[in-house]
Amino acid sequence: MNIIVCIKQVPDTTEIRLDPVKGTMIREGVPSIMNPDDKGGLEMALQLKDLYGAHVTVLTMGPHQAEAILREAFAMGADKAILLTDKKFAGADTLATSHTLAGALRSLDYDLIITGRQAIDGDTAQVGPQIAEHLDLPQVTYVENLQYDGDKQITVRKSIEDGYQLLEVEIPCVLTVLSSSNEARYMSVRGIMEAFEKEIEIWNSDRITINADKLGLNGSPTRVAKSFTKGLKPASQLYEVSPAEAVDIIINKLKEKHIVN
Amino acid sequence: MVKSNYKDIYVFVEQRGGIIQNVALELLGKARELADALNEKVCAVLLGHAISNKAQECIYYGADTVFCVDAPELETYLTEPYAQAICRIVNDNCPGILLLGATTIGRDLGPRVSARLETGLTADCTALAISDKGDFLMTRPAFGGNLMATIICKEHRPQMSTVRPGVMQKGLRDTQRKGKIENVSIQFDHSKINKIRIIDTVKQEKTRIDITEARVLVSGGRGVGNEEGFKLLRQLAKTIDAQVSSSRAMVDAGVMPHECQVGQTGKTVRPDIYFALGISGAIQHLAGMEESKYIIAINKDKFAPIFQIADLGIVGDVKQIVPLLTEKLKK
Ligand SMILES: Cc1cc2nc3c(=O)[nH]c(=O)nc-3n(C[C@H](O)[C@H](O)[C@H](O)COP(=O)(O)OP(=O)(O)OC[C@H]3O[C@@H](n4cnc5c(N)ncnc54)[C@H](O)[C@@H]3O)c2cc1C
Ligand SMILES: Cc1cc2nc3c(=O)[nH]c(=O)nc-3n(C[C@H](O)[C@H](O)[C@H](O)COP(=O)(O)OP(=O)(O)OC[C@H]3O[C@@H](n4cnc5c(N)ncnc54)[C@H](O)[C@@H]3O)c2cc1C
Repeated sequence: MNIIVCIKQVPDTTEIRLDPVKGTMIREGVPSIMNPDDKGGLEMALQLKDLYGAHVTVLTMGPHQAEAILREAFAMGADKAILLTDKKFAGADTLATSHTLAGALRSLDYDLIITGRQAIDGDTAQVGPQIAEHLDLPQVTYVENLQYDGDKQITVRKSIEDGYQLLEVEIPCVLTVLSSSNEARYMSVRGIMEAFEKEIEIWNSDRITINADKLGLNGSPTRVAKSFTKGLKPASQLYEVSPAEAVDIIINKLKEKHIVN
Repeated sequence: MVKSNYKDIYVFVEQRGGIIQNVALELLGKARELADALNEKVCAVLLGHAISNKAQECIYYGADTVFCVDAPELETYLTEPYAQAICRIVNDNCPGILLLGATTIGRDLGPRVSARLETGLTADCTALAISDKGDFLMTRPAFGGNLMATIICKEHRPQMSTVRPGVMQKGLRDTQRKGKIENVSIQFDHSKINKIRIIDTVKQEKTRIDITEARVLVSGGRGVGNEEGFKLLRQLAKTIDAQVSSSRAMVDAGVMPHECQVGQTGKTVRPDIYFALGISGAIQHLAGMEESKYIIAINKDKFAPIFQIADLGIVGDVKQIVPLLTEKLKK
């Protein structure tokens, strides 16, 4: 079984702070990490490798510094790593990102394509289903568990708002996985040693099967027109009132915020 | 594609088990407002099985036209038949804008449809507006809520977005409203649909509490005191569909489990509303919740540091105020 896991390097957004004076986002010093859901997806793939000897490829689109997460994936146990890098890929929205990744996937053998549910920087959760569409494959999103019965079919557990669904899916298919689905393994010492000997394949736009006009900024239907932070907090309003008055003040606020009607 | 051929605002009306979801009504309300600004129509897209009787509801909440597809393939949500139905309606009618709720269904369907239609999709929007120049502005949080971005989709149609539930206001239900109901029948491509089968759908009380996912957190500290005090917090949380979290003091005291601890050695949370009840506001606690969108603090001590970061501060006794609040909210 061939499994390809799409992984993205992201800033650890839980470490981002706002500049207390300017109210802007401070990006300096924020560590770059493998996107948490993608790590969950990689762990899921590696468990299939442990059980069935699956071959696991990790694929990322990004600048050269994204090699760091590919090395980390090697150290966790991935067999092959591909970095898609080209200035033509830059400025991609999710549609262009998914076309680029699908373009690379077309040149690879796969039974299962795994992505994270959502990247913690872009936060859209769109790339997985879009890849599935481009490759004409069935998709299951919000996957928290997978069972493979050695045949052309898998059973997955999909998390939904008020519980879960069990679905039977034909492979090949695309799954988007939640980080909460498992505890990702640590890199092993041997893995770390080997990670630096294994070779990362570097692919540019010539290596992938997709029209150039679908790539990067030019291939992106959406644009970020502007971005801003919520800014600094105004000083708090402090009320020293009777409990009954306090309750009214709180309820009015909750109404204003649409928490209650 | 000729852009000017694309007009009107389409809303995917999400139903589960034949019940129209609140988010769909919220979207109809917002779509009405946007359509009036653009002088266009609101069209509801209602997909399901034996749901035709719900079409009228969509009109009461703001739709001018309802496209209704009633088919056994659409009984329970699955990506492929729903995508086929929506794409067919879009291709036949050329909407300018298509809105979906940012639920597990909308966020599964939206990107699939946007890729099939080769158009842009903006995720999880919290504000939608029409600019002076007539552009559709879709605003959304990114970077874990640290950044807000306004997205446009200039040259592709429809302009699609998923919209966070609970953010938009539904309109008043007006049974006098008139509209048109169009029943659409669809030839499904079953070869694609048959690749996925639902074995079971299981409803579950969330056992694993994840306070980082909560929209509203009712958080208690030493001022709440004990199990008895936290019972009051739970009652409040239940009435506003919130979760209960706590400071480390209450975890150390064994009143709350560690997975519910907010702070430097607990979880980082960013709910829309954070109630800090009887929490002093130690720096290690603030580290986990200061990015909350709106902080309501109740504390006996008006000099408690929590008030320096709260948006709304009440000087008072949680044990008096919380039960009163719960009682009034229940009404
Ligand atoms: C502030 C801001 C807002 C944005 N809003 C939008 C928007 O609303 N709509 C839109 O279309 N684009 C938007 N973008 C662009 C979008 O962030 C990029 O296209 C990004 O490359 C992919 O989106 P994501 O990070 O949301 O990934 P997601 O769709 O959340 O990622 C899901 C999964 O896809 C895989 N994946 C994603 N990117 C890669 C990659 N580079 N390499 C390998 N695997 C990958 C991973 O497995 C990941 O877990 C926005 C960008 C910014 C900066
Ligand atoms: C390394 C380290 C890591 C830590 N990590 C964390 C962490 O992750 N999370 C965390 O929370 N703490 C953490 N702490 C502990 C932190 O320093 C504080 O001790 C803790 O947050 C205090 O909890 P508290 O606010 O509930 O209690 P207190 O500081 O005792 O405050 C109780 C407050 O309740 C008020 N009060 C009392 N009775 C009432 C009443 N009836 N009505 C209204 N108000 C009332 C009081 O005025 C007081 O302000 C950490 C400490 C260290 C050293």
